[in-house]
Amino acid sequence: MKVLEKNLQAEVCDAPNSQKDIEKGVALIKYIIVGILFGIVFVKAEIISWFRIQEMFRLQSFHMYGVIGSAIITGIISIQIIKRFGIKTISGETVNIPKKEFRKGQIIGGFIFGLGWAITGACPGPLFAQIGSGFLVVFVTLLFAIAGTWVYGKFSDRLPN
Amino acid sequence: MNQFIDWVSQPWPWYVAGPLIGLTVPTLLLIGNKTFGISSSLRHACAICVPSGIPFFTYNWRKEMWNLMFVLGVLIGGFIATQFLANPADFILSDQTKADLTALGITDFSGLMPSDIFTWSTLFTAKGLLFFVFGGFLVGFGTRYAGGCTSGHAIMGISSLQWPSLVATIFFMIGGFVMTHLLLGPLMSLVGF
Repeated sequence: MKVLEKNLQAEVCDAPNSQKDIEKGVALIKYIIVGILFGIVFVKAEIISWFRIQEMFRLQSFHMYGVIGSAIITGIISIQIIKRFGIKTISGETVNIPKKEFRKGQIIGGFIFGLGWAITGACPGPLFAQIGSGFLVVFVTLLFAIAGTWVYGKFSDRLPN
Repeated sequence: MNQFIDWVSQPWPWYVAGPLIGLTVPTLLLIGNKTFGISSSLRHACAICVPSGIPFFTYNWRKEMWNLMFVLGVLIGGFIATQFLANPADFILSDQTKADLTALGITDFSGLMPSDIFTWSTLFTAKGLLFFVFGGFLVGFGTRYAGGCTSGHAIMGISSLQWPSLVATIFFMIGGFVMTHLLLGPLMSLVGF
């Protein structure tokens, strides 16, 4: 049972939680605050715009490439600093970044997501920010994104991976 | 204060927004040992609402509540930015993109999203089927199949120097180029643009 649990954990998603304690209630507020700041950046840099995504895929503006590129560079530098100086989390744990294993899904699934990204003009993050910005009909897109996730989960063992 | 509001209400350039987004990575790591990623929230939504006994959705989602709080924050942040920090000037789009999209049948270029598509009145039409149902489904299915989206792979994965994430990101882009340059035109004319 313990082993099974470990396997399931290892498989859990792109955003696993490495903290040992389960956080509840007030401890969760800090994630809402980080999310709010993130959502504001999404809107103010117009990343939520369907037009900006079209511009990106048509190579007619540098904006989105600049955003993603400088975000990655900032992320690389930050993680290197955390590793070099052994910076701990606020609760004193060692920072843990789970390894991503290569699977065919990153190619096939990645391609399918790309097709959808150019239609909706939004990856999952901007979907939430678009709804908050008053484009309420995007809630339907979100529902179907959840449906797509469910269908993947239902048939995942029958798909090439 | 008003000056400050006016100043932040202008669209933010990439060299401000990109580093801020990148800083989300160490922030989440340091405040709770959390790995940045957004599409997981869609999986948690399935695990909470319709697990249906599927092993992929049977896990302790209570441990992942932080991720749902994060996306709730993104939604609230979108509301705050739009209500209080909205850009008073016209939305600026490259002329070439405007020309290309005009050729596809888009007529409204006044806001962040074209009202030709993103309104309730298109929901129960073929246009709605393409942009909300089909598009949303591909986003949800594809991100989960790929094990992450732009945040989990392109930003978090590449930041931690994991080559599978680079592969995923390359295929996100290939998918986007194929849709934009080869399929979007025919699909849009099919649904009545």
